[in-house]
Amino acid sequence: MIYHQAIIVGGGLAGLRAAIELNRWGIDTAIISKVHPLRSHTVAAQGGINVAIGNNPLAASDSPETHAFDTIKGSDYLADQGAVLKMCRMGPGLVYEMEHWGCPFSRNDEGRIAQRPFGGADFPRTCYAADRTGHALLNTIFERAVYHEIAIYSEYLVTSLALDDGVCQGLIALDLKSGMLVPFSSDAVIFATGGAGRLYGRSTNALINTGIGTAIPYRAGVPLKDMEFIQFHPTTLFGTNILVSEGARGEGAYLLNKSGERFLADYEDSREKMELSPRDIVARNMVREMEKGGGFEGGHLHLDLRHLGKQKIEERLPGIRELSMKFAGIDPEMEPIPVQPGQHYTMGGIDTDAEGKTVVKGFFAAGECACVSVHGANRLGGNSILEALVFGAIAGEGAASYIEGKEKMREEGMVLDSLKREEEEIKNLMASAGKERVPDLWEGINRVMDDNVGIFREERSLKEGLDKVRELKERSKALALSYKGKSFNYELYWGLELQGSLDVAEAVILGALERRESRGSHFRRDYPVRNDGSFLKHSIVKYTEEEPSLIYRDVDIILFEPKERRY
Amino acid sequence: MERTFRVMRCDPEKDKKPYLQEYQVSARDGMTVLEGLFYIQRRLDPSLAFRFSCRGSVCGSCAMNINGRNRLGCETQVSSLKGVIKVRPLGHFKVLRDLVVELDGFWEKYRRVRPYLIPSSLPPEKERLQSPEERGRIGDTADCILCANCHGSCTVTGTDSEYLGPAALLKTDRFLRDSRDVAGDERIRIVDGVHGIWRCHTILSCQDVCPKELSPTSSIMDMRKRLVRKRGNDGR
Ligand SMILES: Cc1cc2nc3c(=O)[nH]c(=O)nc-3n(C[C@H](O)[C@H](O)[C@H](O)COP(=O)(O)OP(=O)(O)OC[C@H]3O[C@@H](n4cnc5c(N)ncnc54)[C@H](O)[C@@H]3O)c2cc1C
Repeated sequence: MIYHQAIIVGGGLAGLRAAIELNRWGIDTAIISKVHPLRSHTVAAQGGINVAIGNNPLAASDSPETHAFDTIKGSDYLADQGAVLKMCRMGPGLVYEMEHWGCPFSRNDEGRIAQRPFGGADFPRTCYAADRTGHALLNTIFERAVYHEIAIYSEYLVTSLALDDGVCQGLIALDLKSGMLVPFSSDAVIFATGGAGRLYGRSTNALINTGIGTAIPYRAGVPLKDMEFIQFHPTTLFGTNILVSEGARGEGAYLLNKSGERFLADYEDSREKMELSPRDIVARNMVREMEKGGGFEGGHLHLDLRHLGKQKIEERLPGIRELSMKFAGIDPEMEPIPVQPGQHYTMGGIDTDAEGKTVVKGFFAAGECACVSVHGANRLGGNSILEALVFGAIAGEGAASYIEGKEKMREEGMVLDSLKREEEEIKNLMASAGKERVPDLWEGINRVMDDNVGIFREERSLKEGLDKVRELKERSKALALSYKGKSFNYELYWGLELQGSLDVAEAVILGALERRESRGSHFRRDYPVRNDGSFLKHSIVKYTEEEPSLIYRDVDIILFEPKERRY
Repeated sequence: MERTFRVMRCDPEKDKKPYLQEYQVSARDGMTVLEGLFYIQRRLDPSLAFRFSCRGSVCGSCAMNINGRNRLGCETQVSSLKGVIKVRPLGHFKVLRDLVVELDGFWEKYRRVRPYLIPSSLPPEKERLQSPEERGRIGDTADCILCANCHGSCTVTGTDSEYLGPAALLKTDRFLRDSRDVAGDERIRIVDGVHGIWRCHTILSCQDVCPKELSPTSSIMDMRKRLVRKRGNDGR
C-alpha cells in the first residue's frame, strides 16, 4: 500500500501551499490531483490577490484591519471575524513569500508589487500579474513544489476517505490511467479540492469543478457550512460564461444597458460605487435591468472598455482582450463585450475552524472547498486566492503538528476495507442493468441549479428544486455505464463525480430554502431583507442516509458590530 | 448544422493500430472543437477519451491536433474549420488512449531545466524590488501554459527523444530574463549541449502552434547569442 505521512488532495494554490508547509516541517508529503496540478482551476484566476501592503499611493493608510473590515462588511457580517483578521494579517507575508519564490507580479514605478482597485474595497489593495494572476501564482508555487521534490500523483480521482472511529486513516483513489483503485494510507489528509461551481450549467468554473471533493467528506460525516451562499459574477461572456475579470471594472470599464446607459446609477445600492459595487449587488441589478427590458436579446448587457484606450487594455487586460476575441469574436478595443451574470464561487463548503480542522481527526480542508468562514454570505473579489494561500499554509501547519503529536497507530486494515467497498461499488456500477445515463443526470442537476437556485430565489422554486434533485438522486440509483474499459474511462469518471455532486446540490438547496432572509449573495424575493434576529448564523448541514439535517451555529463577532451593508 | 468529426481512436490494450472513427455532430453557433468532443462523448460514444479542464484556453489540458495543426480544442471554433474536422492526438507522444497522450517525458524535461527562481541572497522582509522595465524583460515568457503543443509539433523532438524541447527551453529563458535570478551560468550550462539550444532547426513550428503566441525560437536564439558572447568574453 502506498503510504505518505501527509496526503493532500488537490494541486491548486491551497493544496500546493499546504504541501510546502508540511515539507518545511520535514514531513513526507504527497499531492493527489485528478488533473496535472497546473491544470487546476487556480490557473484561471485573473484579477488578483488582496493584501494591505499599501504599495499604491492611494492606499498609504491601508491596514490589515481595514482589509478585515471590508471583508466582513462584504460578507454581510456572516464571516467569522477572528478568522478574517488572521487571514488579512498573515496575507502580506505570504504574498511577499510568493514574490520571493519568483512570482512575476506586475510592478509599480518604485519596483514594488502593483495594486489595483477591486469591488467592495476601500483601498486599491489587489496585487496582480496583469490579468493572469492565478497563472502566475500557480506556476510559481508548482515550481516551488518541484524544487522540494514533493511527490505528485496526477490524474488520480479520489473517491472516498477511510475513516476509523472519527480518525482519518487514508483514502482511495481511481488511477485514471490504469483504471485501478489505489489505496493510500496516511497520518493526515488535507482536502483542497476547489469549488463546486459545475453544479450549475452557467458557470465560470473549470469543467472539473464538480462537487465531488465537497461530497466525499460530507458523505463520510463531516458537515458542510453555509452552502446556500453561491456567488454569481456580474460579467461572464455571453454564450460561454467565461469570466471577464472584475479587474476590467477596476480599471474603469462601464456596464451599459441596451440604450448605452450606465444603468447602475438607477439603483439605490449601486448608485454610489457604480461598477465597483460588490458583486452580489451588481449581479442583481443587472438581472433587474434585464427584467425591466434594458437587456439585449437572449439576456445580456454590455461591458465597455473602449474609453480605457488601446494601451491600457493591452498592458493591464491582455487576457480579457484575448478571451473576448477568441470566444466572443469581439475586440474590446473596438466593441463592447456582451456579458451576463454567471455562477462563480462557492462560499460555503467543508466545515472547518480557523486552523483548517474538521470534526474528523487528521482530516483538514483548505481553499475554496472549505468554509472557515472568511467570506460569509459574499466573497470580495481577490480574497479567495488569498484564502487558498493563507489557509493552505495554516492547514499544512495544522496537519504537521497533528502528525507530530499523534498517538493512535495507523490502521491499514481500515483502508483495505474502504478499498473493498469501493471496488464493490464500481463493480456494481459497471454491471448495472439500469436505464439512467450519466450525461442526462448531469444535465438535470445543471438545469435545476440554474433555474431554481439562481440569483433570485423564493420558497416555491426552491421547494421544486429540492424535489427535483431528490428525484435525480432516486434516478441515479439506476445509473448504468455502457463503456466498460479501464483506462481513461470518462463515463465512469463522470458517473463517480455525479453521485456526490447530487448530495452537494441537495445541501445547497436545503440551506437556501431554510434561510428565510436575504443576505449577501443569497437573495430571497419572498424575504428581501436581512434578518439578524434569526439568521445571523452559519447553517450546518449533516449527511444522513435519509435526508440531510440542518442546524445553525453562531457567528464569531469580535470586532465589528453588524450594521446595514451600504456602499 | 451537422458537421463530421473524424477522430483518431486507440486503446493500446486491444487495438493493434490506431484507427479513425467518424461522428456526426450537430454544431450550434459558437461551438468549439472541445464542445464537439463532449457532444460525442455524451451522446454518441461514451468511450471517447480526451483531457479537459478550464475550457477557457488557460489550463493547457486539451492540446490536440486539429486538421493537421496542433491547437487547443477549447479555443478552436468549429465554424473556423472547413470540411471534415479531423482530430488526432498530439504527435511525438505515446498514445495512452484516443486523444490522451503520455506527458511524463515532457514534464521530466521541464524538471531538468530547474524551473524555479534561484535568487542570490536571503529575501528581504518585503518584496524584492523589480522595476517595470525589469519586469518587462520577462515579457510574455512567463505566460506559457505548458500545453505541449510546441513539443508535439517540433521536428527535432520527433527525432531526438533527448532534446529538451521548446517549452523547457522557453522556461529557461523565462528565468534568465528575471532580474531576481542569479543562476544564469548554471541555466545556460544545462541547455548548452547537443540536446539543448544547438539542436533547434529554427523552423518556427513551435511559435506557429503556440496558443499564447509565444516564441520559444526567439528565446533559443537569445540564449545562443548569450552563450556565444560569454564564450567570446571568457576567451579574452
Ligand atoms: C475564472 C475565475 C477567475 C477567478 N479570479 C480570481 C481572482 O482574480 N482573485 C481571487 O481571489 N479569486 C479568483 N477566483 C477564485 C479562485 O480562483 C479560486 O477560489 C481558487 O483558485 C481556488 O483554489 P483551490 O486551491 O482551493 O482549488 P483549485 O485551484 O480549484 O484546485 C482544486 C484541486 O483539487 C483537485 N481535485 C478536486 N477533486 C478531486 C478529487 N476527487 N480527486 C483528486 N483531485 C481532486 C483538482 O484536480 C485541483 O487540483 C477566480 C475564479 C474563477 C472561476
